[in-house]
Amino acid sequence: MQIKVMTNILDGNDQIAAKVNERLSAAGIFVVNLLGSPGCGKTSLLERTIVGLKNVLSMAVIEGDLFTAKDAERIEQHGVPVVQINTSGGCHLDAHMVSSVLDGLDLENLDLIVIENVGNLVCPAEFNIGEDVKVTVLSITEGEDKPLKYPLIFKQASAVILNKVDLLPYTNFDMDSAIRDITSINPCTVLIEASTRTGEGLPQWHEWLKEQVRMKQVRSLL
Amino acid sequence: MHEMAIAQGILDIVLKTAAEHNATQVKGIRLLIGQMTQVEPESLKFGFAALAMGSIAEGASVDITSVPLVGQCNSCGQKSSIEKYCFLCSNCNSTNIAVISGRELAVDYLEVE
Repeated sequence: MQIKVMTNILDGNDQIAAKVNERLSAAGIFVVNLLGSPGCGKTSLLERTIVGLKNVLSMAVIEGDLFTAKDAERIEQHGVPVVQINTSGGCHLDAHMVSSVLDGLDLENLDLIVIENVGNLVCPAEFNIGEDVKVTVLSITEGEDKPLKYPLIFKQASAVILNKVDLLPYTNFDMDSAIRDITSINPCTVLIEASTRTGEGLPQWHEWLKEQVRMKQVRSLL
Repeated sequence: MHEMAIAQGILDIVLKTAAEHNATQVKGIRLLIGQMTQVEPESLKFGFAALAMGSIAEGASVDITSVPLVGQCNSCGQKSSIEKYCFLCSNCNSTNIAVISGRELAVDYLEVE
């Protein structure tokens, strides 16, 4: 006997993600799912974001990591609330993991939560975790071929941060090609060339993020 | 290796559906996997076979139908397959393209006894 099912395999995850987003939206919190490969500068970007915005936005961080709390310790030094999720080898965060740590945050007094996903260009792209937007970081040293090799993570990104542009003179990275590919995959994405080391491009990133938070707050009042 | 998490999602759907229809054995499973998904079919089959051991889905065949990436232009309405992940309308150059297929990750149907 044949049984027609036609059910989305990730429905279970997506339903929890929708509940997470509903809960955080009710509190007027804007949520970023920060993606990128290991070493692309996600944690450094977060540190620079905290330094740049902590006087104007009340933010918290959820740190996804395979086994360690190294990134969470870095974030904690900047004086913002941080909760750690260890995936014990799992290659991505899922919505249930995020849902289970929300009680550890003071949701009544937050404007922004950034969830740093596990470093990986493949798996995290498939799993919604309750975010408003995905932001993907690609660093110059990874090579300009990555967007076409991992299109989904760039297709889903509301913003793409091209990090480590201070290293451009020392590499053969083809910026025009990278921008062309990312724009072709995702014409609506906001592209920001930045260096978390020198600070280049970070004001643009901060302004974009502040505007997203402001728009979320306006929407949550409607 | 997120295929394991996806395989678990498939097994949950399969066992729930089979129970609802009082099936005693799942013989085969048909999946729809879109072109723009990050799934490795062989890893998925391997993971599913391992997870299904000891259940009524043990030994079930897993067949995958690949779904091509197709977009529809929100400006001029033209439908076309997306080549090389270029989301630009070939008719009117609009960048406002909706993905209408190619993101599927779904259980299509089961063969049960």
